[in-house]
Amino acid sequence: MSNDFTETPVAGSAASARSRGHFVAPLEETPLVAIDAVKVAEKRSNLWIDAWRDARRRPIFWISGALIFLVLLVAVFPGLFTSVAPNNDCQLSLSNGAATAGHPLGFTKQGCDVYSRIINGTSTSLTVGIIVILLTTVLGVVFGAFAGFYGGWLDSFLSRIGDIFFSIPYILAAVVIMSVLSEYRSVWTISLAIGIFAWPSTARVLRAEILSVKQSDYVMASEALGVSKLRILFRHVLPNSIAPVIAITTISLAAAIVAEATLSFLGVGLGSDIMSWGNEINQAQRDIRTHPQTLIYPSIALSVTVFAFILMGEVIREALDPKARALR
Amino acid sequence: MAGYILRRLLQAIPVFIGTTFLIYFMVFALPGDPIIALFGDKTPNPAIVAQLRAQYHLDQPFIVQYLIYMGGIFRGDFGISFSGQPVTEILARTFPVTLRLAVIALLIETIAGILVGMIAGLRKGKIFDGTTLAVSLILISLPVFVIAFVAQFVFGVQLGWARTTVGTGAPTQDLILPAFVLASISFAQIVRLTRSSVIETSGLDFVRTAYSKGLGRRRIVPVHILRNSLIPVVTYLATDFGVLLVGATVTEGIFNVPGVGNTLYQAIIRGEGPTVVSFVTVMVLIYLLVNLAVDLLYGLLDPRIRYVK
Repeated sequence: MSNDFTETPVAGSAASARSRGHFVAPLEETPLVAIDAVKVAEKRSNLWIDAWRDARRRPIFWISGALIFLVLLVAVFPGLFTSVAPNNDCQLSLSNGAATAGHPLGFTKQGCDVYSRIINGTSTSLTVGIIVILLTTVLGVVFGAFAGFYGGWLDSFLSRIGDIFFSIPYILAAVVIMSVLSEYRSVWTISLAIGIFAWPSTARVLRAEILSVKQSDYVMASEALGVSKLRILFRHVLPNSIAPVIAITTISLAAAIVAEATLSFLGVGLGSDIMSWGNEINQAQRDIRTHPQTLIYPSIALSVTVFAFILMGEVIREALDPKARALR
Repeated sequence: MAGYILRRLLQAIPVFIGTTFLIYFMVFALPGDPIIALFGDKTPNPAIVAQLRAQYHLDQPFIVQYLIYMGGIFRGDFGISFSGQPVTEILARTFPVTLRLAVIALLIETIAGILVGMIAGLRKGKIFDGTTLAVSLILISLPVFVIAFVAQFVFGVQLGWARTTVGTGAPTQDLILPAFVLASISFAQIVRLTRSSVIETSGLDFVRTAYSKGLGRRRIVPVHILRNSLIPVVTYLATDFGVLLVGATVTEGIFNVPGVGNTLYQAIIRGEGPTVVSFVTVMVLIYLLVNLAVDLLYGLLDPRIRYVK
C-alpha cells in the first residue's frame, strides 16, 4: 500500500512503471453497468438494522437483556417467585431474624419475610420508572421537536421553559412536590413529581439532533415538493432524529427508579402501605450496625435493576451512534 | 467576550424568575394546605391558622404573595425556619461545612478521575480499560445512599477506619469518608469523559504531527493530548461543583454532616414544609449561579462558544 503514494509516478512507458511496483489497473475494466447495478441479494441496511447487528454481537446486551427480562417477570408475576405474603405473615418474634427454610433472606424488624417484600416491591419500582419515561418522552419530544424544527422565537420560548425546569435539580423539586402532596402519595403522584422535572434533558438531546437533521438534503427536497412543515417534521425529521432519545430514555428509566427509591428513603416518597425498595431501605437503616442484612438485600435488588437498565442504555447508545462505536 | 457575558446574564434573568415562581407555585398553589400540614395530625385552632395565614401573606392573591416573597429574596431575606431562626443565619453556619465537603470531594474525583480516565484512554481496549469501564458502570448504577451505607458499614463499623457520623464542628478528617462517597459517582463520569476525550484527541492530526516530528510520549501525552482533552472535563467538574453544593442532601443526612444538605434532610424528615421551601430556593439559586459561572468559564476556555449566535 505504501508503494502507491510514496513514489512519484513518472511519465513513461507502462512497462517501466510496472517494474517500479506502481499500481496499474487491469486492462479488462469492469463495465459501468455492472457497477451501477443494484445488488438485490445484498443485505438491507439502515440505522436500526445496523444497530441490531452490532448489539446482538455483544455479550453485555444479552446479559442486561436477561436481567431486564427477569425483573419484568418478577414485576408482572410475583407469585411465581414467592408464595409468602409480604405483609400478613409477619411475626414480631422473628424480628430481624436470620434466614430459615422458606425464608432465604431472613426477616425485617417487623418480622416480615425480606425475600417476599423484595419480590413484591419490584413492580412498584418498574411502574414508577415506566410512567416517568412515558411522561419525559412525551414532554421532551414535543418541546424538543418544535423548538429545534421551527427555531426562531418559538425555540427561544420553549428552550427557556426547558431551562427553568432544568435549573431545579429534580430530586429537590420532587421533594417539594411530595412534601406538599403528602396526603396524596401514590405511584402516580411520585411519577408525576419526578417526570415533570426530568424531561428537559430529553428535549435538549432531541433539539440538538433535529437542528442537524433539518439541514439534510431530503428535508430541502420535501420542502421543494411542497410538503407541509408539520408533515416534514413527523414523516422525515423526527424518525431520523429519534435514535439518541431512545438511548437516553433507557437511562432515564434507571434514573427514575433511583429517584423513587431516594424519595421513599427520605420518607417523602410512597406511603408505607406501598411495597417499595426505598421504603424497605428506609425502614432498615436504623439497624445497620446490628442487622445489615435487611438493608443490604433490598439495596442489591435496587442496584442490580438499575445496573441492567444502564447497561442496556449504554449498548443502545453505542449501537445507534457510529461515533460512539469507534471509541470502543 | 463582554457581549457574551452580557447575553448570558440576560438569559439568566427569565430563568431565575421562572424557577422561583415555579417553586413558589408548587408550594402554594398545589392542592394540600401548607398551614394545615404544619400541624401534622392535630386539628389546629382556627385563630392560629388565620394568624399564620396573615404572617405568610396567604390571605393575599397568589401574585401578591409571590412579589412579597421575591422582594424578600432581593433584600437577602429568605424567610424564617420552623425553629424560628432566620434562614440566612442557618446558612451562614452550615454553608462553610458543605463547601469544605464539596471541595474535598471535588479534589478526590478530579485527581483520581482524570488519572484513571487518561490511562484507560491511552490503553484503549486493554484489560485496564475494560475493567475501568465495568467498574464505572457499576458505580453509576449504585444509588448514593447504598454507597453511603456500604461505606459506613465497611469502613466505619467493621474496619473502624473512620467515624460513621461526623462530630461537632465537622473536623476535616471526619469529612473524608462522606467526601469519598460523594466523589464516587462523579468519579465514574469523569473517568468516562476523560477516556473518550483522550481517545478522540489522540487521533487528531496535531498529535500525529507531534509524533512524526520525533517528540516522545512523555511530552505528547501531558502537553498535546491531555491539555486538549480537558475542556469537557473542566466544564463537567464546574457543573459538578454546583451539584455537590446542593445535591449532598442524602449523603450529609446519612453521615450527619452539619451542612446545608443535612439541614434540608432534617427538615424533610420532620415535615417542616416552609423550611424545606426556603432551603430548596437557596439551593436552586446557588445552582443557577454556579451554572452561570460554568457557562462563562466555558466561553473563556473555548472561543467557539462565544461566537455562536
